[in-house]
Amino acid sequence: MGTETFSFIVDGVEVAASSGQTLLEACDAAGVYIPRLCHHPDLPPSGTCRVCTCKVNGRNVAACVTPAAARMVVENETPALTADRRALIEMLFVEGNHPCPYCVASGDCELQALGYRLGMTAPTQPYQWPGLKIDATHPDIYLDRDRCILCARCIEASRMQDGKTVFGFEGRGIAMRLSLDGDGKLGDSQMAAVDKAAHVCPVACIVIKRDSYRVPNGERRFDKTPIGSEIEARRGHPRR
Amino acid sequence: MFAIQTHDPAATGPSVHDVVVRFGADRDRLMDIVIEVQHRFGYVSDDAVREIADTLGIHAVEVNETVTFYAFLDRKPQGRNRIRLSKTPVAFTKGATAVAEAFERALGVAMGETTADGAFTLEWTSDIGWADQEPAALVNGSVVTELTPADVAPMIAGLRRAPAERGPPNSRARSSLVQAGPLLLGLHAPAAGLRAALALTPEAVIEAITASKLRGRGGAGFPTGMKWRLTRKALGKDHYIACNADEGEPGTFKDRVLLAEFPDLVFDGITIAGYALGARLGLLYLRGEYAYLWDHLQRGLAARRAEGLLGVGVCGKTGFDFDIRIQLGAGAYICGEESSLLESLEGKRGSPRDRPPFPTERGYLGQPTAIDNVETLVCAARIMEEGTAWFAGFGTKESTGTKLVCVSGDCERPGVYEIPFGITINELLDLVGAPDAQYVQFSGPSGQAVAPKDFGRRIAYEDLSTGGSTMIFGPHRDVLETALQFTDFFVDESCGWCAPCRVGTTLLKQGMEKIVAGRATLADVNATEALASTVARMSRCGLGQTAPNPILTTMRSFPELYEARLSSAAFEPLVTLDEALREAVEIRGDAPAKADA
Repeated sequence: MGTETFSFIVDGVEVAASSGQTLLEACDAAGVYIPRLCHHPDLPPSGTCRVCTCKVNGRNVAACVTPAAARMVVENETPALTADRRALIEMLFVEGNHPCPYCVASGDCELQALGYRLGMTAPTQPYQWPGLKIDATHPDIYLDRDRCILCARCIEASRMQDGKTVFGFEGRGIAMRLSLDGDGKLGDSQMAAVDKAAHVCPVACIVIKRDSYRVPNGERRFDKTPIGSEIEARRGHPRR
Repeated sequence: MFAIQTHDPAATGPSVHDVVVRFGADRDRLMDIVIEVQHRFGYVSDDAVREIADTLGIHAVEVNETVTFYAFLDRKPQGRNRIRLSKTPVAFTKGATAVAEAFERALGVAMGETTADGAFTLEWTSDIGWADQEPAALVNGSVVTELTPADVAPMIAGLRRAPAERGPPNSRARSSLVQAGPLLLGLHAPAAGLRAALALTPEAVIEAITASKLRGRGGAGFPTGMKWRLTRKALGKDHYIACNADEGEPGTFKDRVLLAEFPDLVFDGITIAGYALGARLGLLYLRGEYAYLWDHLQRGLAARRAEGLLGVGVCGKTGFDFDIRIQLGAGAYICGEESSLLESLEGKRGSPRDRPPFPTERGYLGQPTAIDNVETLVCAARIMEEGTAWFAGFGTKESTGTKLVCVSGDCERPGVYEIPFGITINELLDLVGAPDAQYVQFSGPSGQAVAPKDFGRRIAYEDLSTGGSTMIFGPHRDVLETALQFTDFFVDESCGWCAPCRVGTTLLKQGMEKIVAGRATLADVNATEALASTVARMSRCGLGQTAPNPILTTMRSFPELYEARLSSAAFEPLVTLDEALREAVEIRGDAPAKADA
C-alpha cells in the first residue's frame, strides 16, 4: 500500500502529512503543538478529554482521532479555542482534587502543565470534592482516585501492552470511576510496577511508591519548559 | 423471556453459566446475558460477573463496565418489586411529586431506597415514553399511567399479594394515537410495501427512496436514500440494518405507538432496507423502558417467519434470506445516539464512537450498517407501497411526507399527531388545544425552547427540525425551573466518556440551581452561559453538544426571566454559610450563634 503525502494548513502554516496520520500526529511531526491531555503517543487515542479539539474546515473535531486530509484548513491556537481548552482543564481540576503545591506529580503533571500553558490561574468553577478512597494495597503502587481524570490511558496500556486488563471504567456520567479487575483491590490484581500501565498516568492517580522525589521539585519535566516545547522544538527541522 | 422475578442467589453458579451458553457464549451478546441474569436474580452479583467473564473468556472488569453503565442493571440486590417513576418536567406539572410522596409515605422509604423487608425499591427514572399520560411509572416493567396519590395504597397492597409480571400497560393506559394521516391510514394488503420492493432490484429500491426525498425522522434529517446507498456500496463481509427504537428523548412516544400498533409496517421497513442494503440480518434496538413490548414483537416476528416474510427466500425471492433480531436495551438515553447504539448492540457500554469511520462503512461488528429511526422505516415501507410521487405530494420541497409529533404538557388533547411538514407551531397548538402556551419545548430538551414570537415558524427541516417531542408549557409554568429539570436529565444521562459533557453537565446544573434560587449575579449568569457554550462546542457527541440547549435557548427566548431572578448583590458565594458549616454543625451538634439573633 503506497503512502500518499499531502499538506494542509494549520493557523496559516502549511503542514506536510502522509496518509494514515491523524491530525495530531501530523502536527507533532511538523513541530506544531496542539494541546492534548488524554492522548499518549504509545497508545491508541481514546478521545476522552477533548482538549485537542481544533476547528477543521469550520467544525470542531478532536485532533487525536481525526485523520489528516489534504487541503484541510485547521484552527489551533485561536483565543476562542484556547479559552475552551482552558475551560476543559478547569473542569478536570474541579472534578477531582488537585492540590498542586503538595502533589507528588507537581512539575511532572500534564494537567498542571496544561493549566499553566493555557493560562489558568485558579479554577472559577466549584470544586466537586469526590472524596474517594486511596488504594494502597499494592506493595509498589498506589492508586489515588481523587486525582483520576478518566483519560483511559491505563486501561488501554494494561489491555493492549501489558495484556492484563487490570483497569476498566465503572458507572456513568459524573459518577464514572476507574475500576479494577477481580476483587477491586490493586494489591489483588496482576499489576506490576514495571507495567506500561503504571507509567502512563498523566496526573498522580497511579503512583509508584518510594520513587516520588527522585527528581526534586524545580527540576522536573515541566518546571523548566512548558508542555509541548519538545514538539515545538522540531519546527523548522526536517521531519525524521 | 420474562417470567416472574425470583431471587435465588444460591442458584447463581450453574444458572448463570447456562444463560451465557444459551447466548452462544458470545461476548457480543453480553447485553442479553446480563439482562437475563438481572431478570432472573434481581441483580448481577459479583459471583455472576465472575461466572459470565470466565465463561466468555474475558475479564470481570469488562463485564462490570457494561453492567454498571445501564440504569436498569444492578450490581447490588434490590427490592423484589421495582417502582420507577418517570422524572420529567411534564410529569411534575401533572402531579408526579405528590405521587412520589404518596409512595414514600406508603413504603416508609425515600426515592432511591429499598424497604427493609426487601419488598420494594422506589426510584425515579428518565422519561419512560408516556408523556401524554403522566404521571406514569414502570412497575416491575409494566406501565401504569395517570397516577394519583389515591392509586398508591391499592397498588402496593396488590404487589404485596403477587408481584406483577412484566406485561402490557395497565387498563387505564389508552392509545396515544390521536390523529393519523396518510402514513398510517389506508393500509392495503399486509406486506404490500415489502412485496413491491422485492419486485424491484435493490438499486431501484434505493433510487425510489432517494427520489422520495425521505429524510431521517429522528430529527437529524439525513437523506435516507443516501445512507442506504453509502451502506450498500461500502465493502464488508456482511451488511446490517439497525432500527433505532431507543426513543429516549423526553416527550417522545411515537415509536412506541408504531411498535405497539403498527409492528408489521416497522418490520416491512426493516426488511425492505435489508433487501436494499444486501443485509441478511436486521437488528431492532428496543429501549429497556419498552420491554413490555417484547412478547408482542416476538409474536409478530414469529408470524412473519411462518408467513415467509422472514427467513430463507423472503416472499419467495430466491437469494434474499433475512431475519430480524430484537436487542433489548437497559435504560440509557445515550444509546439512541447511533454509534452508542452500535456499542450497546455489541454488548458494551453505550459510549459513542469517534467518526470517521461512519457506521455506513464500519458499524455493527465493524461491518457497513445503516441505522434508521422506526418512523423512517415505516415511511420507507409506505413509499414502496404507494409510490414516490404519493409521498412527495405531502409536506414541503425539502421535507417531503408527514411527521409524527408527540404532544404533551399543557394542552387539551395530548398524543401523537400525524401532520404534514410545513405547518406552523401556531397551527399545531390550535390542533391540540393549547391557546395560551407560554412556550414550547420543541424536539425535546436537546431541541429548543420556542417562545410565542416564533410560533409562526414552520415544522420542517428547512425551519424547525424535530424528532417529534413537543412539550407545551402554559402561562403559569416556571420556565427556568423547567430548564433546570431538563439540565438534570442530561446529568443523569451523560455517558461520562468525555470531560466536557461528564463534568460540564453537572457544573451547568449547579449554575442553574443558583440562578433559579435567585442567588446568581449577572457575572454568574454570564459564566453559566459561557460554560454552556463550551460544553456545546467541545463535547464528543450529540448528547453533550445539545445538553446545554435548555439553558442556552431559554436564555435566548426569555432573557427577561433570567434578569428577573438576578441577585442585586455584587457577589454571591456558590455555597451558603449554612451549607458550608453543615458538616461541622452535624459533628458539634449545635449551630453557631447568629450575629443578628
